[in-house]
This record gives sequence, C-alpha cells and structure tokens, in this order.
Amino acid sequence: MCASDTSRMIEIRGLCKDYSGQKVIDGLDLAVESGELFGFLGPNGAGKTTSIRILTTLTKPTSGHVLINGIDVARDPARVKSEFGIVQQHQSLNRDLTIAENLELHARLHHLSRADRKERIAELLDYVELSDHADYLVDDVSGGMKRRAMIARALIHRPKLLFLDEPTVGLDAHTRRRVWDLIRRMNSEGATVFLTTHYIEEAEALCKRVGVLHHGRMIVIGSPLDLRRSLGMVAVEMQMPENGTQYRYFPDRATAAEFIQTLPSSEKVVMRESNLEDVFIELTGQKVTGD
Amino acid sequence: MESIMDAYSILWADLTALKRRWPKFLITTLVSPLLYLVAFGWGLGRGMSLNGTSYLQFVIPGIIALTAMTTSFNGAGNRLNVDRLFYKSFDECLMAPIGLTSLLVGKALIGVVRGLISSVAFLAVALLIAPAMHIGPLFLAGLILTCLTFAFLGVLAALLARSHEDMATFGSLILMPMTFLGGTFFSLSQVPVGLKYALYILPLTHASLFLRAVALDQPLPWTSFLALTAFFVIFLLGGMMALKRASV
Repeated sequence: MCASDTSRMIEIRGLCKDYSGQKVIDGLDLAVESGELFGFLGPNGAGKTTSIRILTTLTKPTSGHVLINGIDVARDPARVKSEFGIVQQHQSLNRDLTIAENLELHARLHHLSRADRKERIAELLDYVELSDHADYLVDDVSGGMKRRAMIARALIHRPKLLFLDEPTVGLDAHTRRRVWDLIRRMNSEGATVFLTTHYIEEAEALCKRVGVLHHGRMIVIGSPLDLRRSLGMVAVEMQMPENGTQYRYFPDRATAAEFIQTLPSSEKVVMRESNLEDVFIELTGQKVTGD
Repeated sequence: MESIMDAYSILWADLTALKRRWPKFLITTLVSPLLYLVAFGWGLGRGMSLNGTSYLQFVIPGIIALTAMTTSFNGAGNRLNVDRLFYKSFDECLMAPIGLTSLLVGKALIGVVRGLISSVAFLAVALLIAPAMHIGPLFLAGLILTCLTFAFLGVLAALLARSHEDMATFGSLILMPMTFLGGTFFSLSQVPVGLKYALYILPLTHASLFLRAVALDQPLPWTSFLALTAFFVIFLLGGMMALKRASV
C-alpha cells in the first residue's frame, strides 16, 4: 500500500511495462500536482501512449504503483474511472450517434441523473461552441468540431483530471488555437490537465511544467523556461554544407556574438532565442515528430 | 439496479443507432432467410415430406434458428469488433465507471434485439405460407435463448479477434459449416450415426431441433434446450474472461 500526498493528482512510482520482454516503460517516477497543466513529451515510441493507457486503467503495468487523486489504479480501477476524463489521440466518438447523443451516452455511463444530463449537455455544447451542431452525426462535422465534442464528452462528469492525448493533432492553426483556449479555460477552472503533444510550441504555450520521456524513462522535468535556461537562452544555428545545420547554445546574446565572431565568414549563421524544441532535440537526439 | 441501468445505457446507444436505420436493417436481414426459403422450401423441397410433414414446414423453424444465429452473432460481434479495433470507441466504454458484466451484457443485448427482430419478421412471412405452425411462449423462449447464445458467442469472438480478418475467419470456419450442418435443412435421422453425434456439438443443431419440435407440435427435446442453455453459459463466461483480460 502506498501512502499518497493529497495535493498530488497523479503519482507514479517505479512504473515498468514490458511487452514480450522488451521494456516500454522503465522505472518511471512522476508527480503531478492538483491544478497543474503538465506537458508529457517524448519522441515516438518513448512510451507516452502506454503510460496514458496505464493511468487510464486500459493497460496493466508490469510493476510499480500509480495513484490518481490518491486512489490506487491497480486496486480500485472502478473509482479511478470517475476521477478522470480523456480526449484520445484518435477520433473515438460513436459515429452512429449525433454529437448530443455521444454526450448523452457518456453522461448515462457516469450515472448523471436525467435532469443533470440535460443541463450538463446543453452547458457543455455551449462551452465548446457546438450548440448549433448538437444533432449532427459525428461524420457530418469537421475534425475540429469532433475534437471539441470529445473535449465536451471528457468533461461531462466534471472530472478533476483531464488526459489530453495529442488533442490538436491534424487540426488547422485556427482550430488549434481555439482548442488551446479551451484547455487554458479548463485548467483555470480547476481541472488538472495532463497533456501529451508532438507540437513543442503547444507544450511551451500551455504548460507550466513539462517532462520528457525517452526510452521509457523521464529524462528531464521542469518549467519550459528552466529547461531553456539549463540549455542556454540563446541558440546559434550554423548551416554547414558538409555537416548540415549545427547548433550551439549560450547563456546570453553577448557570449553568442563572441562565438559567432570566431567563425569563418563563409558560414551562414543565425542567432535566435532558444526554445523548448532545442531542449528536446538536445536531450533525445531527434525531432519530436521523427521516429 | 445500477448494473441493469448500465447495461441498458450500453444498449441504448446501439438501439439509437438501429432506430436511425431500421428499414435498411430489416430489408438486408431478411434477404438471406427468404432466399433459403425460396431455394430450399419451394424449389428443392417442393413435394418432399419428412417424418410426415411437408419439407416447407420442416425447414421454416430451421431457417428461423439460422436467422437468429446469424443476426445475433453479427449484430453483437461485428459491431463490437469494429468499435474495438477500427473506431477504438470501445476503449471509452472500458474507461467508464461501469461493471464489466454490465458492459458485456449491454454489448450482447443489441445482438439479441437484432436477432429477435429479424427472426420475428421472417416468422411473420413464414406464417403466411405455413399457418399451421405452433408459435407460442415455448417457441419464443427457444428463440430468445438462441439469440442470447449466439449474441454472446459474437461478443466472445469480437473480444478475442485481433483483426477484422479474424472475425471473417471465424464466420467461415464456424458459422458457415454450422449453417448447413446444424440440422437446419435436413433431419439428423438421415445422417450416419457418427456424424449425427458430431453435429450435436453444434449449438445451432440444438436450436433447430428445439424450435422445430415446438413449431411442429412434436415431443419436446428438452436435452437440446439444456444443451443450448449450457452453450449460452459457456459463451457468457468465456466473454467475461475475455473482457477481464482486455481491461485492468
């Protein structure tokens, strides 16, 4: 039995998951505080989806402990299921139902009373600006609307914790910004948000703290600003014909400028502010979207 | 009470979808049994009699059992298979705070509803042709048990399937042979003893025997009713084990 800290919404200790003898999650430790908007980053195959499946009761861990709002996922999955809502990476609405019927189904499965269901569905459709499309079948609305409907569905039972697994993947820039606004609003209203994303700028824009998973292990955790500071706030990109683009990082512009003066004048050089993607690439040795 | 409501909530979603396209469902589900009726009842079996009854009267209860099997299996199994492996919407049900039994029963019940609708629709047509059949509470009980058995077999197959091809393979290797060998179109008294006992391991054989005996007012084969009940319990428990394996 694990003792839990009540201010922690998610507590993961020594989590391991093997598939056919291969370690997908390798001793993951993580704590996410109540009310936090946490970004869970990692390259493809790092173990993000497996971690989320374990946290949401869909997959059994090989070993380790997971507590959601102080409840042990392995011991009491039924109670844990009432604590969270999830927006999955793929479209998981029931395509034979309308948007409103999808919300109705989940309200029923979460045991909302008839009156509460009616009120909550109307409220959430308004919240995600889908009131005019309530009676549309899922396949008759755009990708962005589907994603907003999934967000409304995840919120139907007023969960304390929201898992957002790549919530803006495949959406255009305008729709993505609308989803970002929704995420910020949900978080400001008290929900703890656990976000995985391939879009580093998304994590940088939304998250107060991010963790980077690599080969099933958390290799770094901190605020985007702290992580940038640890790498260097200024990046120098050197486009070298024989080696491709090389990057160097410096604590400030003056140091970076001194370095640039030492370079041959034939090299194309760009000085800019570093970003979270630089941190990520330095740590994992690959772009997030790369395999 | 909450478990029953949870099972109903799962069924509610499938019923809502079915209501939206029931005319199409009814037409497509009646095509096969009506073709069997025309081909075997009127075509091949015209003028034939078996154990003192016309072949048409003999074959109708078998086709009803067959319709119940096919529609219940596909109604529950194929839907779940697509929801689980293609749309991935079944994960949403697994993450809902409802018991696994409610989830299993809810997913099977849509097969039962679909099986009953198509069987009763075919029966209504068949009664115009053979009004002398005895259709009463016992027939309905046998029909419901048949639908339950094959709906849970459908759910079990869908939970074990790793791909859509697996479901198609199951249909080809299990359902198709059962269609023609499960006592639907011929009497088991006509086949060699060894084969006859082999055919008793098929649940459709027992469904056909029981429904035919009731419809033709013959002595009731209660052993077949018990055998069908045993199959139902086995598929229910198998489905429960498969669902437990699929969730934490």
